[in-house]
Amino acid sequence: MSGLSRRRLLGAAGMGVTLAGAGVAAAAYSATTATAPASSPADVVPFRGTHQAGIVTPAQDRLHFVALDVVDGDRAALQRLFQKWTTAAERMTVGAEVTPGGALNRNPDAPPDDNGEALGLPASQLTLTFGVGPGLFEKDGVDRFGLAAKRPAALRDLPSFTGDDLDPALSGGDVCIQACANDPQVAVHAIRHLVRMGMGVTAVRWSQLGFGRTSSTSTAQSTPRNLFGFKDGTNNIKAEEPDELARHVWVSGGDQPWMEGGTYLVARRIRMHIEVWDRTSLREQEAVIGRDKGEGAPLSGGTEFDPADYSAVGEDGKPLIPLDSHIRLASAESLGGVKILRRGYNFVDGTDGHGHLNAGLFFIAFMRDPFAQFVPMQSALANNDALMDYIEHTGSAVFAVPPGVGEDGYWGEGLFA
Amino acid sequence: MSRRTSAVTVCAGIAAVALAGCTSTAAPQAGTGEDGAITVTASDTACEVSRTEAPAGTITFSVTNTGSKVTEFYLYATGDRIMGEVENIGPGITRQLIVEVPDGGDYTTACKPGMVGNGIRGAFTVTGTAQRSTDADAKLAEAVAGYQRYVTSQVETLVVKTQEFVDAVKAGDVEQAKALYPISRTYWERVEPVAESFGDLDPKVDGRDDGEPGVPFTGYHRLEKDLWVDGLQPDSNEMADNLLADIKELQARVATIELTPVQLANGAKELLDEVATGKITGEEDRYSHTDLYDFKANVEGSQAAVAALRPVLDEKDPSLGPVLDQRFAAVMTLLEGYRVGDGFKLYTELTEDDTKKMAEAIDALAEPISQVAGVVTA
Repeated sequence: MSGLSRRRLLGAAGMGVTLAGAGVAAAAYSATTATAPASSPADVVPFRGTHQAGIVTPAQDRLHFVALDVVDGDRAALQRLFQKWTTAAERMTVGAEVTPGGALNRNPDAPPDDNGEALGLPASQLTLTFGVGPGLFEKDGVDRFGLAAKRPAALRDLPSFTGDDLDPALSGGDVCIQACANDPQVAVHAIRHLVRMGMGVTAVRWSQLGFGRTSSTSTAQSTPRNLFGFKDGTNNIKAEEPDELARHVWVSGGDQPWMEGGTYLVARRIRMHIEVWDRTSLREQEAVIGRDKGEGAPLSGGTEFDPADYSAVGEDGKPLIPLDSHIRLASAESLGGVKILRRGYNFVDGTDGHGHLNAGLFFIAFMRDPFAQFVPMQSALANNDALMDYIEHTGSAVFAVPPGVGEDGYWGEGLFA
Repeated sequence: MSRRTSAVTVCAGIAAVALAGCTSTAAPQAGTGEDGAITVTASDTACEVSRTEAPAGTITFSVTNTGSKVTEFYLYATGDRIMGEVENIGPGITRQLIVEVPDGGDYTTACKPGMVGNGIRGAFTVTGTAQRSTDADAKLAEAVAGYQRYVTSQVETLVVKTQEFVDAVKAGDVEQAKALYPISRTYWERVEPVAESFGDLDPKVDGRDDGEPGVPFTGYHRLEKDLWVDGLQPDSNEMADNLLADIKELQARVATIELTPVQLANGAKELLDEVATGKITGEEDRYSHTDLYDFKANVEGSQAAVAALRPVLDEKDPSLGPVLDQRFAAVMTLLEGYRVGDGFKLYTELTEDDTKKMAEAIDALAEPISQVAGVVTA
């Protein structure tokens, strides 16, 4: 029964795919958001288009992110894997099994291609977003896949920042795949099967589950709260702001033609010391963030979406939004106009072994140049942000996210052109 | 599947010959060879085969070890598929290998002085065809028969090596027993899925100290704990005797076992599962930390099962075999990097990065291996 409905979905998506061929993807995408708000879990987000899905797509509720190392194989094996991944990814984003009939009706002596844990579940707005790390182009001084000349200047390891406590086992990676969906089982199903397909060429380096988006990426969405209890992403770049996206997110006129229309993904695993935070007074919490906790309004006054007035001072002559507050230091005003598109998720990964929850925010942001945007922003925050007393960056990675996949294209095809 | 009966007969014949050779400490009967047997003179540095060509059918090798190290002799088909092997040939000993080679073609002989490495190899040609194996059932039957020959030979050596281990334990020679422990286990680990199919023997022989309360802790790992941690106990000798009795019981049962091609394929996969869940974690040999010996033996056993099925695989999905060749080779190359002398580094000497690499290599191999059963029965 469920198999039938999934096949119907696939048929419908097949039409969508045809429509979404080069160029009109943005239009098709807008139509989706206009007619089907994020609350409808059965939505299929078009896989193909000018840009990859999962960036300006209204942030879904759940994340499964994986960073992989390329451990074996040559250039041809890598290319074949990217092609296989693309086919499987597209199928899964419409709610289909990883291969036609892959979960059922197979030789009983063979393991199923698709383990079936997503059978009967709707597409859940699954998006799969693919990126490549610096190590794909050169690792330990070796150009393993003849790709060194294809490395964009903006794709290189991030510098270390004050207060970083990075775990190499939670950092880096040659390839990343971000799965976002409104059902965690759908997201995990997708990553699990892509990982399986990669065995022999790729192996998991690290993986992160996230629940509860910590940013809105569309004006149609309300602003969510992170695990500090504050609204997060009020001032984020939104899907409905094409000029801002063009200026801050999409690569154009860069040094590598294959990245035209792509973007860069910075991932930071930020551990939150929530137990310490919970013992902090409301006044202190609001001063650290720079907003009021209930409404999310800047401490300079007004309501959530009113612009912050960083020059406003109180009766005591001190700035209403403290100089070391998070929103001030991260603001475009104090960073010479720098903005990024944030798309992070909360996480709780069991315990830290010291009687605490291992909780935090898995920060994901998209931008056209990490060194012109993320690096100056994080430098300012790492050195001055009052929030640093309550957080610790424990993982870090940067990936180049190629442009969207055209009608007959596949993930990262520009690398092999 | 009518050939199964004759295959079992051949097995039994080999077992009998091998046992006879095994117990023989008489002077080598080598020389010209009897009944058309091809003589093999295996020294520490050479592997002289009296003839390098034979007609298809039953081929008999009479292997004499003239060197100072224990040696082995193999006949391989393409892809190192073991057609037949005779192991554990001590210095001065002659043993026979009787092998069924139905198809003509290029084969390889190899002596392995010290029982390690790729061996001293030579080309061997088989002419003509003894039995046409166009029938898929016949090929499957030959695969099963070939693997049963392998199991028989492994268990036969297991008995010998366990005897040596047990003797050392009972002599109170702890150092010698420690040295023999990982060696004797090698033969168990290679055929573990078959041994495990006898549900009562596996816990007695290979059980760990984490069973239910009231379940006695016996077998290899109990003696391992005595040797490495507790020192020999009042009942260690009894444990040793029981272990040997259980291994001999295994040998008796293996002689009558009837396997299917799917069992072979699943066995190949299960051996890698053993590596993934028991060896890479250091759980198996938690007192001696000799897990890498078991690791290698599991992979070798998996390779032997796949090799037996190889003609069927090559017929039904020619793309799978080369992938398996490459990934088996990758695992073996990785393991060789941890070799120390005739053995391996201890598990406790491995870094997290080492075990991560091993796990990745096993995943890379196990994923295509998991396809074998389906291909074989398709």
